[in-house]
Amino acid sequence: MSGRGTGTVAPPARVREPGQGAQAASPNGSGREAEISEALATIGRPMRKIDGRAKGTGRARYTDDIRLPGMLHGKILRSPHPHARILAVDTSRAEALEGVHGVVTGRDMPTTYGIIPWTPDEYPLCVDKVRYVGDGVAAVAAVDEDTANAALALIDVKYEELPAYLDPHEAIAADGPFIHEPRKKGWNGNITKTVELAFGDVDRGFEGSDLVVEGDYFFEGTTHTPIEPHCAIGLAEPDGKLTVWSATQVPHYLHRELARVLELDPARVRVVQPPVGGAFGGKSEPFDLEFCVAKLSIITGRPVKILYTREEVFYSHRGRHPFHMRYRTGATRDGILTAVDSRIVMDGGAYASFGLVTTYYSGQLLTAPYRMPAYRFHSTRAYTNKPACGPKRGHGSVQPRFAFEVQLDRIAEALDIDPIELRRRNFIGSDTRTVNDLRVTSNGFLECLDAVERASDWQHKFRRLPYGRGVGVAGSTYITGTNYPVYPNDMPQSGIQLQVDRSGRVAIFSGASEIGQGVDSMVTYIVAEELGVPLEHIRVLAGDTDFTPVDLGAYSSRVTFMLGNACIDAARRIKAMVQEAVAEAWGTKPREVLLAGGLAVMAGDTGTGMPLREAFNLAEAKFGTLGATGSYNTPRDVHGSYRGATIGASPAYSFTAHVAEVEVDPETGFVTVEKIWIAHDCGRALNPVLVEGQMEGSAYMGFAEALMEEQIFKSADQGRAGLHNAPSLLDYRIPTSLDTPALESLIVESIDPEGPYGAKEAGEGPLHPSIPAIANAIHDAVGVRMNSLPFSPPRVWRAIQAAGDGGRG
Amino acid sequence: MEVVRLRVNGDERVCGVPTHYTLLETLRYGLGLTGSKQGCDKGDCGACTVIVDGRAVLSCITPVWEAEGREVRTVEGLATAAGLHPVQDEFDLNGAAQCGFCTPGILCSSVALLDRNPSPTRGEIRAALAGNLCRCTGYEKIYDAVEAAAERLGDR
Repeated sequence: MSGRGTGTVAPPARVREPGQGAQAASPNGSGREAEISEALATIGRPMRKIDGRAKGTGRARYTDDIRLPGMLHGKILRSPHPHARILAVDTSRAEALEGVHGVVTGRDMPTTYGIIPWTPDEYPLCVDKVRYVGDGVAAVAAVDEDTANAALALIDVKYEELPAYLDPHEAIAADGPFIHEPRKKGWNGNITKTVELAFGDVDRGFEGSDLVVEGDYFFEGTTHTPIEPHCAIGLAEPDGKLTVWSATQVPHYLHRELARVLELDPARVRVVQPPVGGAFGGKSEPFDLEFCVAKLSIITGRPVKILYTREEVFYSHRGRHPFHMRYRTGATRDGILTAVDSRIVMDGGAYASFGLVTTYYSGQLLTAPYRMPAYRFHSTRAYTNKPACGPKRGHGSVQPRFAFEVQLDRIAEALDIDPIELRRRNFIGSDTRTVNDLRVTSNGFLECLDAVERASDWQHKFRRLPYGRGVGVAGSTYITGTNYPVYPNDMPQSGIQLQVDRSGRVAIFSGASEIGQGVDSMVTYIVAEELGVPLEHIRVLAGDTDFTPVDLGAYSSRVTFMLGNACIDAARRIKAMVQEAVAEAWGTKPREVLLAGGLAVMAGDTGTGMPLREAFNLAEAKFGTLGATGSYNTPRDVHGSYRGATIGASPAYSFTAHVAEVEVDPETGFVTVEKIWIAHDCGRALNPVLVEGQMEGSAYMGFAEALMEEQIFKSADQGRAGLHNAPSLLDYRIPTSLDTPALESLIVESIDPEGPYGAKEAGEGPLHPSIPAIANAIHDAVGVRMNSLPFSPPRVWRAIQAAGDGGRG
Repeated sequence: MEVVRLRVNGDERVCGVPTHYTLLETLRYGLGLTGSKQGCDKGDCGACTVIVDGRAVLSCITPVWEAEGREVRTVEGLATAAGLHPVQDEFDLNGAAQCGFCTPGILCSSVALLDRNPSPTRGEIRAALAGNLCRCTGYEKIYDAVEAAAERLGDR
């Protein structure tokens, strides 16, 4: 099934009332929205999650909760140097230790991998070189953790230290020795990727501008810090099968890479993904521990578990890239954008990770919700000798969005236009194309702006609050899934299988990854909606590559849209069979058979009905064992044809607006965010409770990056170059309940023409505006522009002092 | 290896553990009570919180010997045969658990709070949960759930 119902024009979006359950048809409802709304029995209601009770009673079994008979414990030896050649590794003393059953080094797995097939630049364990403090060099499996740790201390590694690059600009300027061998002769081995793209006549756009605003911005790196550390278990069995349980967001990609790197038949490799205790992008590619447990289990013949320490979680990273950004933004005197130009240097860390995509995203995802007549970006991702950066919630687009929305605020200020009004004037609209030729369908951004303006009492606050208090606004867009998988293929992005039992129970086999976002619940709601089955009669088996169809993973906010559509596809196949069988029994037409509330009933005749179980039995008698598969693939006509045009393309885009209210203490520079109002166009809220949870969690995480979080590393004169500054949850400060502001969610529903029941993403988009909204609120409060993250007390205090002295800001 | 005697969720339990074991290690590895989670192993995150003699305690930095002779209650001991504890049920109804990894600890902190303060203000709830990091929710729905549970407990 590809893109359903293209060409349908979305009706105006509307804001959901708090606590509103099932949707009534809108007063002027016509077409698709009314058709859908009238039919919905389950979708749109606040519902429990299907795994809520298991998680609330301690019964949910996460990876580290699994213990297998005879299981060994593994540990990984990590490099103390940021950049060094490995001259020799001697594991003999470790192997001789009582209780040690296996030791592996890089030489045992000498195949490179990488989540992006064009940039495979890492080994499961380092072979010739280490590239950051914490890079894995060897791994052991022993009877218990203490023995494994003792064994690590007995491994002798000889290094030859190399100069370390900690600054991306210095890395780019260097002429060797490079962190990686250049992929082609003459290339700079300290650069992952450079992207330069231009759309429209940028220079002319600036010439025709009444105002050009320029600014330099710095976004500090941050990391995901899921509360569950990474964990994996390997089990090699005598028949040649290998099973890996892992806290991963991407079981399918892990399955492929395990088979490829370990040179195993993929049909003998099974990846099982238990419930994941938080991910946020930090578990969306293979990690050293997954290869190590597999290899160690093959070597020892026993199950092997590795659980990262919290320190290892900080070093494994793959979080938000530090971005050095320069923006030029032109506008007419009415505040209409004329041209945008950016130059970005990204600090990628030691490996490519998703960096090729990040480099494109840094430019490609900026082109909505505002109309840009001309746009140019130049982005370079440098390698440095620090843990690799990768995708964190809002991959590659949170940093530019911060800079750009502050630029817009400066334009509004210079032209004396209300910042919300300025954003309205530049609205790109729905059913349109962006300047870089991305197709935009439904778009509820104006309703988002209206909602936060109203809820925050903006008109009575902006420029009207006393010194030290202020409000700020920002908007954003985000993809609802990437249009293409990371490895090119024409197969579906999402698959699902349903199986119906004679008891009336429906089993869902889902390849998707439950990472707390509620995907297992989402497919349950859809099956309940389509087949009329009570929620408690539905079971989900998910994330097991031996038994579930492929879904590409829980990344890029793709799952509700793609798996949801696949699920509708499968459920409707079963529904058609049930309707046909029941209609035959009743001597009526299939469409007269309604499935709802655990019953099959005849339309317009409530006296004629039967329990669903009987209806299913009739269908099984007629068609044989009842089951169906469903799949979803993206539409292919949603982007341009230039090189890179597919990156940033998505079947639908979400839109968000935030207003933040802050109090700034000018004596200390301490910023308190009192409240964030979050309006988000999610297309349709399949379960508003879960959508609000995503919105609030996103805004919280953005707030955290704005004020508190820094993934930073020491320089040589601070002790050891490349050492993490604070690899603990005490020192890397994530917000506690006492730090977190009040958060108010305002759901906007634009009913996307291709989304399942009109749904789009909600998991990442609502993070983006938090940071610029807070920056803009600080300006409203104390008149200074915060262009570097985080807005820590010393930075804010200095900015206030500078403004007082020199009138800058 | 030494033998430790614990009273956990109403049961008298005997378990052989290495002398350096924490209460969390004993619960998870010795007694198979894996509901209590390890997020940091040094008292920073609160995922390991259990209730000892009515007080919320970080089991990952509590030597198991300190729990001897005391009443230990874990997330597995909150529900009864009659059903979920109201806090557990309200967490579910309010969407207060996303990934669920911090949830056992937050439930224990919440139950300990409500046992000593049956009708806490939102500020008191925030303060009581300040030692439990949640990375998913932004905390709002957790406060909603604890408030709703307090109301239900008050109605009894």
